[in-house]
Amino acid sequence: MDQRDRAWWTDRLVQALVFIGGISGIVFVVGIFVFVTKEGLGFVLNTLDIKEFFTSIAWRPTSSNPTYGALALIVGTASVTGLAMLVSVPLALGAAVYIGEFAKGKTREALKVLVELLAAIPSVVWGFIGLSIMSPLIIDLFDVPVGLNVLNAGVILGLMAAPIMTTIAEDALKAVPDGYREAAEALGATRWEVIWKVVIPAGKNGLVAAVLLGVGRGFGETMAVLMATGHSINIPTSPFDSVRALTATIAAELGDTSYGSDHYGSLFALGILLFTVTFIINLTADVVLRRTTRR
Amino acid sequence: MFEATALNRKSYRNEALVKAGFLLMTIALVVPVLLVLGLLVIRGGPAISWEFLFTPPVNGMTAGGVLPALIGTVWLVVVALLASVPIGVAAALYLSEYAPDNFLTRTINLAIINLAGVPSIVHALFGVGAFVLFFRFGTSILAASLTLAIMTLPVVIVATRESLQAVPMAFREACWNMGATRWQTIRKVVLPNSISGILTGVILEVSRTAGETAPIMFTGAATFLPFLPQSVFDQTMAMSLHLYVISTQVPNVPDHLPFGVALVLISMVLIMNAVSIGFRVYLRGLKKW
Repeated sequence: MDQRDRAWWTDRLVQALVFIGGISGIVFVVGIFVFVTKEGLGFVLNTLDIKEFFTSIAWRPTSSNPTYGALALIVGTASVTGLAMLVSVPLALGAAVYIGEFAKGKTREALKVLVELLAAIPSVVWGFIGLSIMSPLIIDLFDVPVGLNVLNAGVILGLMAAPIMTTIAEDALKAVPDGYREAAEALGATRWEVIWKVVIPAGKNGLVAAVLLGVGRGFGETMAVLMATGHSINIPTSPFDSVRALTATIAAELGDTSYGSDHYGSLFALGILLFTVTFIINLTADVVLRRTTRR
Repeated sequence: MFEATALNRKSYRNEALVKAGFLLMTIALVVPVLLVLGLLVIRGGPAISWEFLFTPPVNGMTAGGVLPALIGTVWLVVVALLASVPIGVAAALYLSEYAPDNFLTRTINLAIINLAGVPSIVHALFGVGAFVLFFRFGTSILAASLTLAIMTLPVVIVATRESLQAVPMAFREACWNMGATRWQTIRKVVLPNSISGILTGVILEVSRTAGETAPIMFTGAATFLPFLPQSVFDQTMAMSLHLYVISTQVPNVPDHLPFGVALVLISMVLIMNAVSIGFRVYLRGLKKW
């Protein structure tokens, strides 16, 4: 009897379709890389002075003698992301420990839902909060002339990244087997001793991955940093200086460029840099995470 | 009888102190954001009315409502869903039901994580390079929605995969033993038992899509249009971009207007999220296995 009836062929067809869906993720990531590189490569090879790109702070793509120094943009992004991590890492990891290890029942569920909702606030709304609420607050509190600066964007970005880090970190703590905790408790350890000496060391890789993904998120954030940093090219010497981020530069300038111009190419070159760095961050996070699951 | 020694009492005290410390960190994370949201409601609330929702902006966007932006966001979200839900569900089906544990599968998982991690503005550059220029869609709803679809694809994939994997293996095995093919098993057993979980993911994706700004800035969203979009090849206004534009680009906008827009946008997103979460909690209560 031939088994290849209609059901068999349907099964085969669906399997093929589903496989196409499955590899679509790879196709899209490669596609992003190919298309961003395609638009930017000509500029990178023909016009861009790589040394100038990484060492000069003069980003003057529209001047009659254009220069493409991205150092100030890189430093801007790094300073804002760095401050954001100072704000969010302690809060997020602390909240993850509280939600995962201390909170019980309804409180725990409510906190988890709340954190999830906080993670859903759109970045443009965060930018608007920085612009209209944080900025006047900073001017009042610290008596500085400009409220759109590293401090503003850093805090905004920190609050933005914290819920996501909390969720991932809490998952990492949850992945630590209960047997570990029970064994420690049986030895007479207090809750805190269990967490500090057993749970955190066991879930360390997951916590590191959470922080890395938070860094990636801060690094790639666009609208919030565009609106809250002040968007002026500057190497910051204090948290009250305005800066400009890589992402924000693309968002602010792409609309004014003509297709195929050097300026247009230079923004895609920034895109290649952003893609590469976030790719490395995500890859590292994945490798770190995998090491936990393997063990 | 057991009596607390000095050492016991010390560790109890420490314990309470540590717990209070972590509680404080959680509060420090949540409360400022809630205060800010409260402020948005207080300052944006008075701007909101039926008229605000259902009239277009006037006087160079310094007065009037948000109708075209609201309609535009609906267009963008619907078209994006049409593209991403089938692909996302197929990908999740592959990963959950077919994929062997091999190099390809690990690469797919890594790609999905990366897709979620690529900066939104890089997605925008991709949208310009691929959809606007290469496929010649121009700056249009189609180009913007496809960019959004790819960006939010991981949301659907992850949520769908989770709900597929929540269906017990025994259900599938029982069905295979009856001589059903893989697809028959998926269609008659796996999907019906996970469809509500998939819906939860889709709602979550809607809320993500509605709030995104950077990916649509150069692919199809316009700062101001005097008409509503008629087809997927038109440009459109969008709530998220509208908020950016009136709070940074347009001079002399009265204060209540951007607060109103921000409040409408965030309400859309949070309500959809709350629905998704509520749905999930309700479903968990229904589960019989």
